[in-house]
Amino acid sequence: MSDTAMMEVAELVSGYGRIGVLRGASFAVVRGECLGILGHNGMGKTTLLRTIMGLLACQSGRIRFEGRAIERLATHQRARLGLGYVPQGRQIFPALTVRENLLFGGIAKSGGAKSGADDILARILGDFPELKRLLDRPGGALSGGEQQLLALARALCGKPRLLLLDEPTEGIQPSIIAAMSERLHDLRARYGLSILLVEQNLDFIRGLANRALLIHRGQIGREIPPAALADPTLVEEFIAAV
Amino acid sequence: MDIVFAVGLQVLSGVATLLITSLGLAIIFGMMRVINLAHGEFLMLGAYAAILSARAGLNIWIAMLVVAPLVVGGIGLVIERLIIRRLYGRMVDTMLATWGLSLALIGAVTMIFGNTVAGFSAPLGSFAIGSFTASAYALFLIAAAIVLFGGIWALLRFTPAGLIARGTMQNAEMASALGVSPDRVYAVTFAAGSAVSGLAGALIAPFSGVVPTMGAAFIAKSFITVITGGAAMLAGTFSASGLLGTVATLGTFATTPVFGEVMMLVVAIVLLRLLPQGITGRFFRRSL
Repeated sequence: MSDTAMMEVAELVSGYGRIGVLRGASFAVVRGECLGILGHNGMGKTTLLRTIMGLLACQSGRIRFEGRAIERLATHQRARLGLGYVPQGRQIFPALTVRENLLFGGIAKSGGAKSGADDILARILGDFPELKRLLDRPGGALSGGEQQLLALARALCGKPRLLLLDEPTEGIQPSIIAAMSERLHDLRARYGLSILLVEQNLDFIRGLANRALLIHRGQIGREIPPAALADPTLVEEFIAAV
Repeated sequence: MDIVFAVGLQVLSGVATLLITSLGLAIIFGMMRVINLAHGEFLMLGAYAAILSARAGLNIWIAMLVVAPLVVGGIGLVIERLIIRRLYGRMVDTMLATWGLSLALIGAVTMIFGNTVAGFSAPLGSFAIGSFTASAYALFLIAAAIVLFGGIWALLRFTPAGLIARGTMQNAEMASALGVSPDRVYAVTFAAGSAVSGLAGALIAPFSGVVPTMGAAFIAKSFITVITGGAAMLAGTFSASGLLGTVATLGTFATTPVFGEVMMLVVAIVLLRLLPQGITGRFFRRSL
């Protein structure tokens, strides 16, 4: 276990019922980096993030976040330690307005105390100006791209130090994907965020991640060489070789 | 003209009674999907808390409006810890457990206080509308229903705690991933719903009489109201108690109290046949 690691995952096993999805996944996220995990559907990407968040029980293995074992903590305790989560499908509260969705992200960790929530809202709207005109709309009435931005903004309202992103490009128009990549670059620098990104969109990982690992049948493979990452055919060869 | 006022007052107080006695059940069912079959006994406990503390010399208004909700809210907190918490997501098991709880509470109260009707006279006099007299307590009951309903609505709509409650109700998993402890939200919700039921029991005590089995007279009507209301717990309970309370009271006027309730049940059945998701499954869908 190295000193620079912000989060270390070791031999993580989890899944649904008896069907194993993660079969001993191990890797570490270095403080300040964006680590991309690339994998096809069904390889365990979403299961990995859900297990790290505690939404799925880990059957065995260890998760350390900033030196603390968190694999037995409840989900909300992990969130309070500094994990932010942008799930697959966005999971916007549909009947809450955009403003309420954001406020929820700001007050959730303090158990409803509102101190500073308005400042957080003002600051986040500075980062996401396109949400301003949507503030009074119900979250369920937003487009996929708008919901993705809202989910990201809502997670940032809780001031996380490590952000878990589950396929942010899923169901989003290509033009918005490019904008989102830029936005994440920018936010990373400004908030001092570390990011764990699981994706199957190679371009998106290449544009954002400092390093990329491959997930295959519930295990984390070798690091994908940067040269290979630049060339889709090389990546395919790399995947085939695992 | 006088009779219109007299009947109108009667209808409004019928609606208010239905609303007050259903709200606690609606909160617990709407927020947690827990069907509390001991709801009627929570009403009964509220009535006993009020009458006993009033007999002990406490001011009757404090006994009804403060002691009853506090006592039953506290009991609810303990019951959530001991029973409900272990059964989340298991609706049938929860119904069985709360039904058992209902029988146990009736038995315990009968053992301690006896199976006698305790009187509790309406603490306000009556007034005349032309040639009719009406109880001033009916007016108080209507006001109490408005304040209680408005207060709960404002709490959910405008406070941070209300925002946490609404979000958790919509997506508990996401709420926990953002840092909310759903266990805590459920515990507070169950206690709050119990407190509202306790308050309701104290408020209806002056005209229903206080007996260990008094809950049975209300639980069926409360259930029908909540189910007829549908998914939006406040708008649903409000519209359903408005409709069913009016039908029951007018039916009672036209015929007999028994037949009034029969008419109410018939309306509820027809309504649920036409709107299986309840009133708010079709109308006011975006409301609370």
